Amino acid sequence: MTDTTKVSRPTGDGISFSEKKGTDIQNHTETANVGMNRDFSDDEVIIGLEIHCQLDTRTKLFCGCSTDYRDDSPNTHVCPICLGLPGSLPRMNKKAIEYALRVGKALNCTILEESEFSRKNYFYPDLNKGFQITQYDKPLAVKGHLDIEGDDGEKRVRITRVHVEEDPGRLVHKGGVDRAKYTLVDYNRAGIPLIEIVTEPDFRSPKEARRFLNKLRATLEYLGVFDSEKEGSLRVDANISIQPKGWFDRFGKGKEDRGRVEVKNISSYKGVEKALTFEVTRQKNSLRRGQKLESATRHFVEARGVTTASRSKEMEQDYRYFPEPDLRPLRVSDWADRIVIPELPDARKTRFIEDYCLSPTHAATLTGDWQIAEFYDNLPNDLKTSTATATWVADTLLGELNYRDMTIRGVPLSHFKELLLIRQSGEITEKGAVEVLRSLLDQQKERGTCELPWECIERLGLKVLGCAAPGGKDPVTSAAEEAIAENPQAVADFCKGRSEALNFLVGQVMKKTRGCAKPADVNRVLTGILSRGE
Amino acid sequence: MPGFTVSFHPEDRFFAFLRTVGEISCREGRLSGIPVAVKDNISTAGIETTCASRILEGYIPPYDATVVERLKNEGAAIAGKTNMDEFGMGTTTENSAFGPTRNPVDPSRVPGGSSGGSAAAIAAGLVPLALGTDTGGSIRCPAAFCGIVGLKPTYGRVSRYGLIAYANSLEQIGPMAANVTDANLLMGVIAGHDPRDSTSLDFPYLHTPDPEIRGMRIGVPEEFFGEGVDPRVASVVWEGISLLERKGAEIVTCRMPSMAYALAAYYVTCTSEASSNLARFDGVRYGPPADTKKTWHESFQERRRDGFGEEVRRRIMLGTFTLSSGYYGKYYAKAQAARNQVRADFERLFREVDVLAGPTMPTVAFKFGEKSDPLSMYLSDILTVPANLAGVPAISVPCGRVEGLPVGLQIMGRWMEDERVVDVGYAFEQGVSR
Ligand SMILES: [Zn+2]
Repeated sequence: MTDTTKVSRPTGDGISFSEKKGTDIQNHTETANVGMNRDFSDDEVIIGLEIHCQLDTRTKLFCGCSTDYRDDSPNTHVCPICLGLPGSLPRMNKKAIEYALRVGKALNCTILEESEFSRKNYFYPDLNKGFQITQYDKPLAVKGHLDIEGDDGEKRVRITRVHVEEDPGRLVHKGGVDRAKYTLVDYNRAGIPLIEIVTEPDFRSPKEARRFLNKLRATLEYLGVFDSEKEGSLRVDANISIQPKGWFDRFGKGKEDRGRVEVKNISSYKGVEKALTFEVTRQKNSLRRGQKLESATRHFVEARGVTTASRSKEMEQDYRYFPEPDLRPLRVSDWADRIVIPELPDARKTRFIEDYCLSPTHAATLTGDWQIAEFYDNLPNDLKTSTATATWVADTLLGELNYRDMTIRGVPLSHFKELLLIRQSGEITEKGAVEVLRSLLDQQKERGTCELPWECIERLGLKVLGCAAPGGKDPVTSAAEEAIAENPQAVADFCKGRSEALNFLVGQVMKKTRGCAKPADVNRVLTGILSRGE
Repeated sequence: MPGFTVSFHPEDRFFAFLRTVGEISCREGRLSGIPVAVKDNISTAGIETTCASRILEGYIPPYDATVVERLKNEGAAIAGKTNMDEFGMGTTTENSAFGPTRNPVDPSRVPGGSSGGSAAAIAAGLVPLALGTDTGGSIRCPAAFCGIVGLKPTYGRVSRYGLIAYANSLEQIGPMAANVTDANLLMGVIAGHDPRDSTSLDFPYLHTPDPEIRGMRIGVPEEFFGEGVDPRVASVVWEGISLLERKGAEIVTCRMPSMAYALAAYYVTCTSEASSNLARFDGVRYGPPADTKKTWHESFQERRRDGFGEEVRRRIMLGTFTLSSGYYGKYYAKAQAARNQVRADFERLFREVDVLAGPTMPTVAFKFGEKSDPLSMYLSDILTVPANLAGVPAISVPCGRVEGLPVGLQIMGRWMEDERVVDVGYAFEQGVSR
């Protein structure tokens, strides 16, 4: 093996980087199969997550400032407390603690009899007090679990701890981080309540990690404590290593054979899977080349889909934790006992299967997002018990949303309920309904609003064409008569008993009615005319 | 509410004030128009508040500390901000970045610290009332050295909201005055629950001093008269204690073994907390705009190096060290264990006696520059820090003189029995004046 070995990105887009310090990034694409002299079937991927979520409270964690800062000017949602002005003191937001307790309970954690806030001391311009108020050795909740769909069936992911802390401010670089001559600080975000959820290293693939995050997001939204739509409301750090199979289970955390990499700065659900997949490939490539995997901290660069090495200084940080003297210890286990947890995704899934006779796959999809589940739950009974509706919502609606990179939020659900009702009534065809849906979503995406379904149907002329009693004059009959007149050969074939000829004529009628006729009607009308004509 | 204006233009010969407010508008209340001096580590809206530090020069708080709000509500005239040891770190007020305050009793000597400006303002007759803060004796020491009364309340009795923190778990704002009656009045105004301070307790202070102490048991710990205590101070204080005996109190000598670790526990705790509290002064938000040509690391290191005085830097370094991983257990955690022992000692003693008495300071006021090495300076706090470690109330009242220099008698009481230490101080004051 030469010492200029390169590794290509797993996406293979031509950018590669050198593992050797001091060498520049070079374009190099043909390296994927370098030195395949190791057998990797004996390795397994070990992943653990640390997830930070903003709690969706109205006010900040230690003061009365509003948390609704996203579209506002910098430093307008601030006060002496969240600015950390000298002499100000933190005052606990009970709602934030209640929200965190809901999470602790929903994740099956033990709520500690006494938990405590600590100071994490470090210097950074976005940290207005020179320390962050967080929890250290006495977190709010410990030792829980969340069940997910693992790679080999149902999997129980262990939760190490759940704790509460304050968000720091935000650095702003006018014109981008590379071009700005100075850094500005916006403290609107400072003091927003966060929960940190730490899992045990229980994931064996990036996919599992992603599935866990989806389940967690759904759970938090069911609890009403989190809004995943808000920009920057989720941040994930991931620990990942590749160990000889079984090694981890035998020896456990801290005794790994090979070094563990911490990937920081992942801020989207898709990013987590991307960053971890990149790391798996990178680490496997290193192993292939016979390199030793060292423990390190790396940063995920979302735009490029890669992780980059951080300066080692960050790992040596000593945060000098000590108990926050300005806050009393929390004794909230009794309070936690009184908090009632709403129906969570798993329970709702079971209910959907049992009450609405849905398939487990449909039920899982429909309950995997609180808004969708609410939407479905609020449909009329005869609608939600039909497989067609489930398919329509779970596959068609979600598929079209996904295709447009849209989410269920911001979509006027009442419109879609109406569309479902129209579709069920048979006033538009299945094809027409999809067309209306697409048009409405396009409008929504473009303008933020859309027509009413009826307006859309009228405009596109998608209303199913009425069909009068035999002998009457209606668009379907007219179209059928036209088709018959225009295609004497097909009529002749039909009369000779060739059934394909009828299909051809049906197709012609459908074309003439622009798909707005019901095939059954067309069939009936055509056979009626043809048999009379005989 | 009808308002009126008070003029305050003192002849400040001892540099008690860092700045004064010439014309002050007030409202009616229990302190109508009475000028009150406020230590410069207590936030006053619209009035520069520096903690006598260069690093906060020009900082004008946008809000009032709860105690200042309460003073204003009772009609007090916030007369000005008094000098202090930078961030409260010192025992002489020599550590002010703006120059030392002189002791009105003997201008060649220090007024004590860190609330030296407040004590001097009262001793010089510039104001009848002042607010001080006491982290390890910072109200009682200058009260003793300047011959006035100073009360460190029970921890939690007075809101700390707006007090620029030095050591949060130890410090309290308290009243300073020429006599116990005035100190009691000021305590009544500033004490009480404040939801903005999570460590504040709901015990209103509504008290009229009562000089009747017959049958009260007063403990005198031997350690308060141990090595390092000037024998002349000891004998003046003993005389004071026998006056209390003559007034009907029972004197019991006792022991307080935890005194052996009190000073160490105190210095580890206060420097640890200080190292964290003072981290916010990084040049981003306070002081002149940062030099944008320098990197963040360069500029904040420079600002902290130039902005903090020597003693402050020393304590930040000590505290940073004691909290470091690998040392936390040896220092900070041990200090908290020692602190629990001090608390336990007080609890044990207070099962047998009602209050404890002893000297406030081991000596009389020092000459300027007399305590040049930090350690001997720290040692002079030995008699005041136990009350802070345990969070119990303690008062210092004038108790005679040694070669013309004031000596303070210290009375420490049970948790939340601030009223009782005030009563004993009052009884003593009455006994002396008669
Ligand atoms: Zn705020």
